Amino acid sequence: MSKDMTIHLKYWKQAGPDAQGYFEEKTLNTVNEHMSFLEMLDVLNEELQLEGKDPVEFDYDCREGICGSCNLVINGQAHGPKEKVACCQLHMRNYKDGDHITIEPPKAGAFPIIKDLVVDRSAFDRIIEAGGYVSVKTGSAQEANSIPIEKEHSDLAFDYATCIGCGACVAACPNASASLFTGAKIAHLGKLPQGELERSKRVVAMVDQMKEEGFGDCSNFAECEAVCPVGISISAIAEMRKDYVKAVFS
Amino acid sequence: MPSIKQALSSQVGRKIMTGITGIGLMFFLIGHLAGNLSIFGTADAFNIYTKTLMDLGPLLYVIEAGLAFFFLYHTVLGVSIWLGRRKARPEGYNTYKSKGGPSHQNLASRSMIISGSIIFIFLVLHIIHFKFGADYTTMIDGEQARDLRRLVLEEFQKTWVVIGYVFVLLLAVLHLAHGFWSAFTSLGMKHGETSKKIQVTAYAFSIILMLGFIFIPLYIYFTGGEGSLISY
Ligand code: HEM
Ligand code: FES
Repeated sequence: MSKDMTIHLKYWKQAGPDAQGYFEEKTLNTVNEHMSFLEMLDVLNEELQLEGKDPVEFDYDCREGICGSCNLVINGQAHGPKEKVACCQLHMRNYKDGDHITIEPPKAGAFPIIKDLVVDRSAFDRIIEAGGYVSVKTGSAQEANSIPIEKEHSDLAFDYATCIGCGACVAACPNASASLFTGAKIAHLGKLPQGELERSKRVVAMVDQMKEEGFGDCSNFAECEAVCPVGISISAIAEMRKDYVKAVFS
Repeated sequence: MPSIKQALSSQVGRKIMTGITGIGLMFFLIGHLAGNLSIFGTADAFNIYTKTLMDLGPLLYVIEAGLAFFFLYHTVLGVSIWLGRRKARPEGYNTYKSKGGPSHQNLASRSMIISGSIIFIFLVLHIIHFKFGADYTTMIDGEQARDLRRLVLEEFQKTWVVIGYVFVLLLAVLHLAHGFWSAFTSLGMKHGETSKKIQVTAYAFSIILMLGFIFIPLYIYFTGGEGSLISY
């Protein structure tokens, strides 16, 4: 058995979208190195409830790094200190006994806080609704190889499709830009023949929607790539820009 | 598809135009340095160079207007992108830290607005300083011309002028160390091996270019305008 660790937590509390937020602090003495970051928060909430206090709200679903629900900003880094890991997969063995950890929600005007660490990411849904789909009738699933697709393209499309929509890119971007998310969705569909037909319409509509939702401009900081739990490259943003220019001149 | 106006005001269009205007300005700087270095040529070289430019007449105005347009467009976009941050994130983080790795967040990229704004103020002063500076005259090929060489040699013997120029030129190293790479990225460069080479080139380019500019005031200052590179 590993020894229990003491962790000093400081986390964001906010009653609702328009309420004034503040930090609350609590020290946990029974943190185990095998716990995930979210399990550590479960322990926090159990203790808070035993004290008759309100638990801290935080988002999660799968806890295995695939759903994109979790999106905490931990000591100023989206999903915490490790590269290519969602915070549900971040283990407490990355911390030492006595560490201080500050937990904040992703902060962006386009992601209003619902409560505590939970934010409303429906702005992403509306970007998808603007054009992140294929509307041609493709019938039921076909035999996988009936449409020949170059391996290079299918690999890239897959890489971009791994975006789990967690919003860490927005959280970490100094401008709160949604370019990596939007670029990944555009690049993923644009690499496949099924997505080709609506390629121009898609890029224009989705790029407009980013702005409409109040996300900032991209300044090429590439911080989004650094925090992306699935490691999506800012090359996705290059794909988006190229598609946009093609759309203008088509 | 989208109208040019819609495209230019989209987030993609704005970034591409920041890149294009930035690259345009970098080409201008290369030309500007090449011209300036003629101060180390024959005694008349610099004044012949400036006279040739001024003799362009109306064409010079067109070039100047184009340059001013690029400069202002770049500035407006840069400032507007920066102002947009407040709107996109009204409330900031208590703690914020870059994750490093593939991130290009560094002193240069984070201070683009500061280096840019100081360059802007500098440029206004720089034009007042030389273009509208003391109107000395000399004779070139039997024609009267401005003796800008004399003005330059005099001005760069003033301590505060030299300190000011060197300071701004060092900030320009920062602006271009990120800007050079960023402009390629804005114009569609992928984040792979080429990108790494471009980043190294960006550092080399900005340091070499600015050392070229910095050399002129420093040389004149420390040789009192009488160094062996200056012919009379
Ligand atoms: C000789 C003058 C200048 C040169 C050669 C230059 C060059 C560049 C380049 C190449 C970029 C990268 C563009 C991109 O990311 O696509 C850039 C970005 C930038 N420039 Fe300049 N620049 C100059 C003057 C200025 C001035 C006067 C300002 C005034 C504020 C300014 C503000 C900025 C800002 C804020 C950015 C970053 C834009 C962003 O965040 O996306 N620059 N510059
Ligand atoms: S909870 Fe599903 S990715 Fe973290």
